[in-house]
Amino acid sequence: MAAQVYYEDVEVGSQLPSLEKNPTTRQLVQYAGASGDFYQIHYDKDFAMANKLPGVILHGALKNAFLGQLMTDFAGELGWLRKLTVQYRGMDEPGSKITGRGKVVKKYTDGKDHIVECEIWLENAKGEKTTPGSATVILPSRAAR
Amino acid sequence: MANKIVTDEVKKQIGVESEPSTFEVERGAIRRFAEAIGDHSPLFNDEKAAHHTRFGGIIAPPTFARSFGIEFFNLKLPTTRALDGGSEWEYFTPIRAGDRITVVSKLADIRETEGRLGPMVFVVAETRYTNQFDELCVIQRTTTIRY
Repeated sequence: MAAQVYYEDVEVGSQLPSLEKNPTTRQLVQYAGASGDFYQIHYDKDFAMANKLPGVILHGALKNAFLGQLMTDFAGELGWLRKLTVQYRGMDEPGSKITGRGKVVKKYTDGKDHIVECEIWLENAKGEKTTPGSATVILPSRAAR
Repeated sequence: MANKIVTDEVKKQIGVESEPSTFEVERGAIRRFAEAIGDHSPLFNDEKAAHHTRFGGIIAPPTFARSFGIEFFNLKLPTTRALDGGSEWEYFTPIRAGDRITVVSKLADIRETEGRLGPMVFVVAETRYTNQFDELCVIQRTTTIRY
């Protein structure tokens, strides 16, 4: 696991470590099996095209999972992902890189909790934000150790 | 303008909870899910490494609850297509391997707008996941666009 991040290590505007994903059709099938979402637009090209799509597309929920990973990687073992919000604005196709990114927009304490709010998103290979969202994490504090 | 799809009769279903469904969380299912999303964190994959963390064992990745299914109520609407609009998750207690998770879902909100292709209905389903110790683990709110 990467080095643990502490509340004191981040400031408003700090960038989160990015997360690169290279989803394939194989991964979509694997995700369909693991999640139980067998909607054919995610693995049957003919079906997808008959539904006016350019081809098979990523499950929104898989993109949601990527943003979940972005945040649990950031929060680390001593942190806790408190809230995760995601909106599907654009389609993503397999065979193309997508990158999870984020930045800190707010930090504050609430009782003994050290809270950091982030703006997060997935962007496609062209740099377009297809999947914006937000997240709240509770981070450990060096002061409280 | 009066709603075409979201009638008063449909709105009556807001807040009505589904029958609870209970699911056993297998360690293998967590690992398969983590593999499928490509998340190699030891917390989700490695029993020995996870044992030495504050969680004491394998826990589920944030969106694992999705694998139980998403809608546990049956909302009949005269629409043919559906799009997943997004989700909002709140996390309280980790879901662990071996847990028995009880799932209760309800229609939290429903509204209709006029879209380019006719009426569009935004359906917000709220699902609560509770463990065998009656601890609330996750609240998920998913927006589905039906048209």
